[in-house]
Amino acid sequence: MTTAKELETYAQNTWCPGCGNFGILNSIIKVLADLTEEGLDLSKLVLASGIGCHAKIVDYIKVNSFYSIHGRVPPPITGIKLANPDLVVIGHAGDGDAYGEGIEHLIFSAKRNINVTFIVHNNRVYGLTTGQFTPTSPAGFKGRSTPGGSPEEPLNPIELMLSAGAGFVARGFAGKPKHLQLLMKAAVKHQGFAFIDVLQPCFTFFNTYDFYNKRVYELTDKAHDASDKEAAFARAREWSYGEGERIPIGIFYQAKKPTYDEKLLKGRIPVKLKPGNIRSILEKHI
Amino acid sequence: MEELSILIGGKAGDGIRQAGQTLARLLNRFGYRIFFYDDYPSLIRGGHNFSIIRASKKKIIAHKEKVDLIVALNQDAVEKHKHRLNSNGMILYDSKKVEAQGVGVDFMGLVKESEGAPIMRNTAALGALAKVLNIEWEMLERVIKDTIEKAVDLNLKIAQSAYNQVEKACLSVHNLNQKMLPLVSGNEAIALGAVQAGLNMYIAYPMTPASAILHYLAEHEDDLGVVTIHPESEIGVALMALGAAYAGAKTMVGTSGGGFALMTEALSLSGQGEFPIVFVVSQRPGPGTGVPTYTMQGDLSFVIHSGHGEFAKLVLAPGDAEEAFYLTGLAMNLAWKFQIPCFVLSDKHLSESIFSLDIDPDKIKPEAPILWDGQGEYKRYLDTQNGISPLAFPGNPEAMVKGTSYEHDEYGITTEESEQIIRMQQKRLRKKKTMEDELVRYEQVKVYGDPESKTVLLCWGSTKGACIEAAEELGLKVVQPLVLEPLPIEPLKKALSHADKIIDIEVNATGQLAKLLSAHGICIDDMILRFDGRPFTVDSLLEKVKEVLS
Repeated sequence: MTTAKELETYAQNTWCPGCGNFGILNSIIKVLADLTEEGLDLSKLVLASGIGCHAKIVDYIKVNSFYSIHGRVPPPITGIKLANPDLVVIGHAGDGDAYGEGIEHLIFSAKRNINVTFIVHNNRVYGLTTGQFTPTSPAGFKGRSTPGGSPEEPLNPIELMLSAGAGFVARGFAGKPKHLQLLMKAAVKHQGFAFIDVLQPCFTFFNTYDFYNKRVYELTDKAHDASDKEAAFARAREWSYGEGERIPIGIFYQAKKPTYDEKLLKGRIPVKLKPGNIRSILEKHI
Repeated sequence: MEELSILIGGKAGDGIRQAGQTLARLLNRFGYRIFFYDDYPSLIRGGHNFSIIRASKKKIIAHKEKVDLIVALNQDAVEKHKHRLNSNGMILYDSKKVEAQGVGVDFMGLVKESEGAPIMRNTAALGALAKVLNIEWEMLERVIKDTIEKAVDLNLKIAQSAYNQVEKACLSVHNLNQKMLPLVSGNEAIALGAVQAGLNMYIAYPMTPASAILHYLAEHEDDLGVVTIHPESEIGVALMALGAAYAGAKTMVGTSGGGFALMTEALSLSGQGEFPIVFVVSQRPGPGTGVPTYTMQGDLSFVIHSGHGEFAKLVLAPGDAEEAFYLTGLAMNLAWKFQIPCFVLSDKHLSESIFSLDIDPDKIKPEAPILWDGQGEYKRYLDTQNGISPLAFPGNPEAMVKGTSYEHDEYGITTEESEQIIRMQQKRLRKKKTMEDELVRYEQVKVYGDPESKTVLLCWGSTKGACIEAAEELGLKVVQPLVLEPLPIEPLKKALSHADKIIDIEVNATGQLAKLLSAHGICIDDMILRFDGRPFTVDSLLEKVKEVLS
């Protein structure tokens, strides 16, 4: 059994006091500890991150990790999963990463249905580069690159992921860790691309704790049928990352589909493949 | 005949390359050594395509401007190429479509008679050509059966009727009693070399002239034990490959200059994270889109200096299919040995030309990288004397494997401490010295022609074929570096030590190798550059060299 304490590293945590990332870090550590009790072999787990405040998470957890570059979390985790499908892979990314610099990779991950979990630390502001607007900042957001207010409408990542074909689409809130842990656990267990957009207040540059606390509500099985894609779209449109009164969190949509790794690999495990005989191929060239 | 060159020309969609390949196989059966050059614009229908099939008793890796025979499927093939004909050369043409002097056969009429598809004019041309070359029908019949996959009987019927239309042979091909060799393109040789060194995954986004590596490996992936992937972009390609390498899969990616521009971000990450990877960069004319289906050696400086930050890389430049095979195998093995990015720098002329491949596959074996011995606590970036940190992969119950783009300590945890930064940068750069010591074991510079000659033709990559033949004709020496980064200065200086005159020969506009060497005190006396997208031919280069020497 692995305890949450045992998953900590010696790296000094450098997030601001009150940072929403703590809620995500503590939740994922709790989930990993729980999952090991249920039989997950931690040596087969790989965490990945992009660049930004969120990305430090891989330094803080004592597991295999791939600390990637900005926007580029989906490609390496796809490569890791395809090279060795026995591995369990969880990617963390920021909103700048996932919805800005590397949005094409995210869309393709959903389109392909690669069997990995993807958790977006969505604080709706660039923190590490000190406060510029991101793809999910509200219109009019006054950041250091848009002192007059952002001229862009925010992107709705839930709608985007539903459109792109993701088989698991959820939204969590860093301020509700118990609920977030349920989502994370369900996402890791989901066979296919599992996407969670986590609303994560940035204490320094965009403190949204009060905003979210007043508005978030949990989707329940009773009120929402997560197998109904149209219902999922309707819930997704309840809040489009701007103003709004009610913000649903929970699993919007879940459907089991064949995964990319299954379809592409057809049982092959690349790291264990033996090279073929090129002599017989060369014969065909005569 | 001990040597002949045949040009087959028509418009895109006429099946020119396929006819040329079948002809090449036909001549191969007689023991001829083949060089096959394919010239085509970037379009699907129309335009003008031609292939030159040069066959010789001796090994050849270049074609000539002059040809003995033109097979014309359209008028352009005559008008654009008749100046190439040798004095006793002749034209075989589609008599209802083309006006020419020579042997006319109604290819289209024969196809219609047999109710074949218009593209089967190429089969009719082959049938007539076989007769012109004095080849027995049964020989052509066997080759058609071995090469054509669809409508074999129909193709045979058309070929035979065309064969019978030609009254007498004009040239004579006879059996040279030499071993038949596989006919392999540069791209195929690259693919096979990588497989022989243990390639597990090939990841690529289509881009001419590298696409055929992807096509070939995808077609044969079960036989070759390789998984092929075509992702969303070159950025996705290279990052996916690094993830796969981190997980322990031997991975190669392939592209041309523009695609590689997008991969340079990942290249730099491979330098920092020490993720082994092989890049195939097959050059074509730039900048920008340039001339997509033609050839250039314009990306040498770009590749050598690519990637932000300072890190070791290896750049190998094969000049023919055999070198493409061996050097790609070497790139794969050394990428894993030193945990660095390694490059196979090709170009359209090497990638898409077809060669008689004479190799010993056993000369390449997959070499195991330096693996963690399982003692003590695993440190992914252990600081060692030679700079190489033993590898472990996720899934190993004893090791926590932290790969990272950030500067890091030995465990792979982020650091911004001055001492740690210096230590890790020095560790990584130490690998360059370790690699240079290792490279001494390999042939890094090749010499051809007359080794005593004081006039040297200096070349790299696919220009070597034309250079060797021109040098042999004139009694000159050829020097060809196979390794371009780290530049093998000592072997190069040795090979050039007695030279009075060094003529640099490159297919680019600025002489990039010459510039590179001048930074190391090696001065070039003359340059012969070609940058119209076409490669040097033996005879065109010969004329240029004579001009320089006169």
